[in-house]
Amino acid sequence: MIPGSFDYHRPATVQEAARLVASLGEDARVVAGGHSLIPMMKLRMAAPAHLIDLQGVEGLAGIAVSGGEVRIGAMTTQHMLIEDAALAQAAPLVREAALQIADPQVRYMGTIGGNLANGDPGNDMPGLMQCLDAAFTLVGPEGARQVRAREFYFGAYDTARAEDEILSEIAFSGHAGAGYAYEKQKRKIGDYATAAAAVLLRMEGGRCAAASVAMTNLADRPIFSQAAADALVGSPLDAAALDAAVAAMQGDIAPGADTRGPVEFKRHVAGVMLRRAVARAASRA
Amino acid sequence: MSKMHVKLTVNGKAVEALAEPRTLLIHFLREELGITGPHIGCESSHCGACTVDMGGRSVKACTMFVAQANGAEITTVEGLAAADGTLHPLQEAFREHHGLQCGYCTPGMITRAYRLLQENPSPTEAEVRFGLAGNLCRCTGYQNIVKAVLAAAPVMQAQKEAAE
Amino acid sequence: MNEMIPPAGDRAAALKGLGSSRKRVEDVRFTQGKGAYVDDIKLKDMVFGDFVRSPYAHARVVSVNKEAALAVPGVIAVLTAEDLAPLGLHWMPTLAGDRQMVLADGKVLYQGQEVAFVVAENRYACADAIELVEVDYEALPVVTDPFKALEPDAPVLREDLAGKTEGAHGPRRHHNHIFLWEQGDRAATEAVIDGADVVAEERIHYHRTHPCPLETCGCVASMDKITGKLTLWGTFQAPHAVRTVASLISGIAEHNIRVISPDIGGGFGNKVGVYPGYVCSIVASIVTGRPVKWVEDRMDNLMTTAFARDYWMDGRIAATKDGRITGLWCHVTADHGGFDACADPTKFPAGFFNICTGSYDIPVAYVGVDGVYTNKAPGGVAYRCSFRVTEAAYFIERMVDILAIKLGMDPVELRLKNFIRKDQFPYHSALGWEYDSGDYHTAMEQALAAVDYKGLRAEQAERLEAFKRGESRSLMGVGVAFFTEIVGAGPVKNCDILGLGMFDSCEIRIHPTGSAIARLGTISQGQGHATTFAQILASEIGIPADDITVEEGDTDTAPYGLGTYGSRSTPVAGAATAMAGRKIRAKAQMIAAYLLEVHDDDVEFDVDRFQIKGAPERFKTMKEIAFAAYNQAIPGLEPGLEAVSYYDPPNMTYPFGAYICVMDVDVDTGVCDVRRVYALDDCGTRINPMIIEGQVHGGLTEALAIAMGQEIAYDEDGNVTTGTLMDFFIPTAVETPHYETDHTVTPSPHHPIGAKGVGESPNVGGVPMFSNAVMDAFKPFGLTHAHMPHDHWRVWRIANGLGLHG
Repeated sequence: MIPGSFDYHRPATVQEAARLVASLGEDARVVAGGHSLIPMMKLRMAAPAHLIDLQGVEGLAGIAVSGGEVRIGAMTTQHMLIEDAALAQAAPLVREAALQIADPQVRYMGTIGGNLANGDPGNDMPGLMQCLDAAFTLVGPEGARQVRAREFYFGAYDTARAEDEILSEIAFSGHAGAGYAYEKQKRKIGDYATAAAAVLLRMEGGRCAAASVAMTNLADRPIFSQAAADALVGSPLDAAALDAAVAAMQGDIAPGADTRGPVEFKRHVAGVMLRRAVARAASRA
Repeated sequence: MSKMHVKLTVNGKAVEALAEPRTLLIHFLREELGITGPHIGCESSHCGACTVDMGGRSVKACTMFVAQANGAEITTVEGLAAADGTLHPLQEAFREHHGLQCGYCTPGMITRAYRLLQENPSPTEAEVRFGLAGNLCRCTGYQNIVKAVLAAAPVMQAQKEAAE
Repeated sequence: MNEMIPPAGDRAAALKGLGSSRKRVEDVRFTQGKGAYVDDIKLKDMVFGDFVRSPYAHARVVSVNKEAALAVPGVIAVLTAEDLAPLGLHWMPTLAGDRQMVLADGKVLYQGQEVAFVVAENRYACADAIELVEVDYEALPVVTDPFKALEPDAPVLREDLAGKTEGAHGPRRHHNHIFLWEQGDRAATEAVIDGADVVAEERIHYHRTHPCPLETCGCVASMDKITGKLTLWGTFQAPHAVRTVASLISGIAEHNIRVISPDIGGGFGNKVGVYPGYVCSIVASIVTGRPVKWVEDRMDNLMTTAFARDYWMDGRIAATKDGRITGLWCHVTADHGGFDACADPTKFPAGFFNICTGSYDIPVAYVGVDGVYTNKAPGGVAYRCSFRVTEAAYFIERMVDILAIKLGMDPVELRLKNFIRKDQFPYHSALGWEYDSGDYHTAMEQALAAVDYKGLRAEQAERLEAFKRGESRSLMGVGVAFFTEIVGAGPVKNCDILGLGMFDSCEIRIHPTGSAIARLGTISQGQGHATTFAQILASEIGIPADDITVEEGDTDTAPYGLGTYGSRSTPVAGAATAMAGRKIRAKAQMIAAYLLEVHDDDVEFDVDRFQIKGAPERFKTMKEIAFAAYNQAIPGLEPGLEAVSYYDPPNMTYPFGAYICVMDVDVDTGVCDVRRVYALDDCGTRINPMIIEGQVHGGLTEALAIAMGQEIAYDEDGNVTTGTLMDFFIPTAVETPHYETDHTVTPSPHHPIGAKGVGESPNVGGVPMFSNAVMDAFKPFGLTHAHMPHDHWRVWRIANGLGLHG
């Protein structure tokens, strides 16, 4: 497992990085933590002629929480997400999910930006960011633009990010006061989800006032299920509402069979994960 | 594709070399520098046999290019013992509690435990298990590894306090 | 009593001999990163070799174009079967009497098969060139199912065997058939089954898996053209056998080959066989005149070197109404892949599978095993197992549980009723073995008391009621297994590999100052031989273990032996060590008598010395005796104090154990949480309890992996779908439970120190224990059996099939 040759670039600013990406074209790949790209390169399923390493880009790593709003630099590692006290206060869902990603070593290197921009349907952060209704900042030759997480993913490794753009920042509102849960079934530490559900809930007077539901690794992209959320809102989260939410969610997902199991199993476990996430979120609301 | 000039600090020593950017850090350490403590087990960042400490992070050297590590400070299992040869408390504890058999995972395991105990000086058994979950062992069933790490923790604490 | 003489107990403790939890001498190196594994070897001018491998499971190789690869800077050679054919090395013999392609000779039979060997200055150039070797394949129909492989119109896999109706183990009845191996009395067994009160019948699959040591296989071959000497370092569990095989197939005289096993990063059976990488490295070193290193990567390892198991076992077990087992019948369809490369003693093409009557007194039994070719990798190694004992133990321990269901009996009650009794040993089994010793009832009773078996069953019943009331979605399973192993292969009269008798050896040299070196024919892969063999010797010869160096793995210095696998090191080489020690002691006795000026019979051994009988204050320590051996001219005695022993064991040893675990099974997700594991082992005399416990922990974890998810799986096209550690299940510390260990001691009557071997017991007993727990959880809903591995989706499928999802 030896990668092909490439030229290495370590730009110091986002602009410089964007210029490099634009000038080197499709022969170039941006690398953050590298834990998605490098394994692909070692299998020679990816063979970029240029590698643009973002580790030296100033200001791309860091977490800012202010007035309940959260901004996270793309080069922020999973480890930093777990360790950040202000983030744990404003959006504990992120920490809960990050702890379920990969293993300690990978979390020291793996970044939120890499996890989001890569477009691997197995990654956890995309669904999570859809649940949080995050916005992604993309920097390209024409400047910066924002795309909502819920509009970013088209299919496996197919996203709204143009080849000459770099994901630089993720922003979302904290969910203080909301119940939250990230339920993930996996075969072992280090595995992708067999099925995972991210849920945010607000309860008022014993009824669900607002809900957000997103599912991971159950289609060729993360699945934000508005229908599942709608089925919960207004209900006391009783059996009927849960059944309806699960049915609605199952209408949105399209899992494929793999070594984690056949389609029927994944659909069923998706339902179980959603039920458990709702129950746990409700207990925290 | 040209070679690049690489500068690293490994186990406290400055190192300079010309290397292809694609050279994996594990190959650079093992073949260029002759530091053969870190091992190659899975090559897909699952087993952790190649774990080294880089700038205060446990990283898998099989999934990092030497170019990415350029400028970094790296500690391997070879750098844990004291200058006078006194073994690190983790090295002692692994022997005392039979935390190894074939020894192949051991350098990565100890290097990872070293960082874990810096971050969490008095972990519970569950925290040790979670903290070592990036390192696979085929021989021990982990029980004695966990025991060794739990035993090393207070010794490291005491050493730290004595030094302060 | 002379006050100056420390008590015998203190002196014995100072030796750190048998029974001491002596800390391992190996660990000082390993904990500092100073192990020396094969990939750590760096020789002057060393080059690297690696393979172009087939992406197809079955295809003709129409052509191989090396041109572009040879143009890569740093590439030295690209070898194909055509290049090896003039040397006769494009095929090699397997351990099982078959032959195997070293490089694809016109066709490939499994995905990952070696097609060409690229040699380059470094790994990177080698990898670049591999990409550029153009191979033109013509895909052929693929057979991955051994039953389909035996259908009349199945594709012919081994065209080289066309027309051969006689194989290495008797007649072949089909073009994809390898052998039929039968043991026991078929007619009598079938008669008993036909007339039985109760018969339980099941097809049990022990799926294909892989030993997957953390270090993959590799070697460095260095041909010195001036001396004509070949040195081969490698991951060899049997270095001497490798030397002999290398000599036979290369034509290089055996004294000109030196095989060295350096530190080995786990073996578990993976490193017993001879692989194309070794042969190609040797050839490449001869061709290039430079040392050649080959180290497989993890995907190569999982896809090509040494699968294990893949046995389809059809069983019938008969009993009286009150639960006396009266007969056992078994037919196995054994999937051997594209070549029969099973690592078994020559006369045992299905290993010791005929230990499958287990721990039970079964009057009549029959076993038939059909070996079959498929488009899968060759191997069939004993993965932490003594030659198919794991399969046998799984088979019988599942069949007994299934019979218990049929009889409406508790599975423990059925076991206790049918155990071979203590007074029946030595016990002759219906399938031909002589069990040397055992006390099964005591072990089982001790285990039941330790876990409060009755309490567990009561708790399980309560949990079941809660589930039925809808208060819980989890079921509790109690898994019980009682295994008997057969290890320590083995007596030369019936155990050989390629004609080499399976004895083992130890050579001891006592130095003048009273320290020693012992060399053995075995090789540690983590078992701690340098620690434990010194302990055996310490107790035998009275020299502290700390003063004894143990050396293995270098064929130029170590006595000939068959290596380490099948839990044979302690039963065979351990015995050789004790016997060699006794030769030393016998000579020491004569020296002591001379020094004390008494007759030989007037001195007796006491821990670390010889003393005059009845006058313990008059003695000579072993240290004094050692020095005397080198500086005194003793009439009738040669100088020096050395001994060598080649030990041919009179019988196998039969370790046994009682294992019990508790599991919570989530019926909605299929997740099984192992919350308690109790393992009682009886491995006879215990040499180092600390190391035994470590072996048990490790073996149980491998068993957990195998039972709960670890497999080498293929899709219909013969593609391996579990080729990385993402999909090939190896539990982390988080998925691994805490283990409770326990023991009884029933020494082997024929082993010099009564030891039986333990390394494989936890794998042999662990797999049925975990599997039985899963089945046990679902038993109230009518489940009798489901195939392993019990990963989430398959457990979910059981629950779904039983209607537990509403």
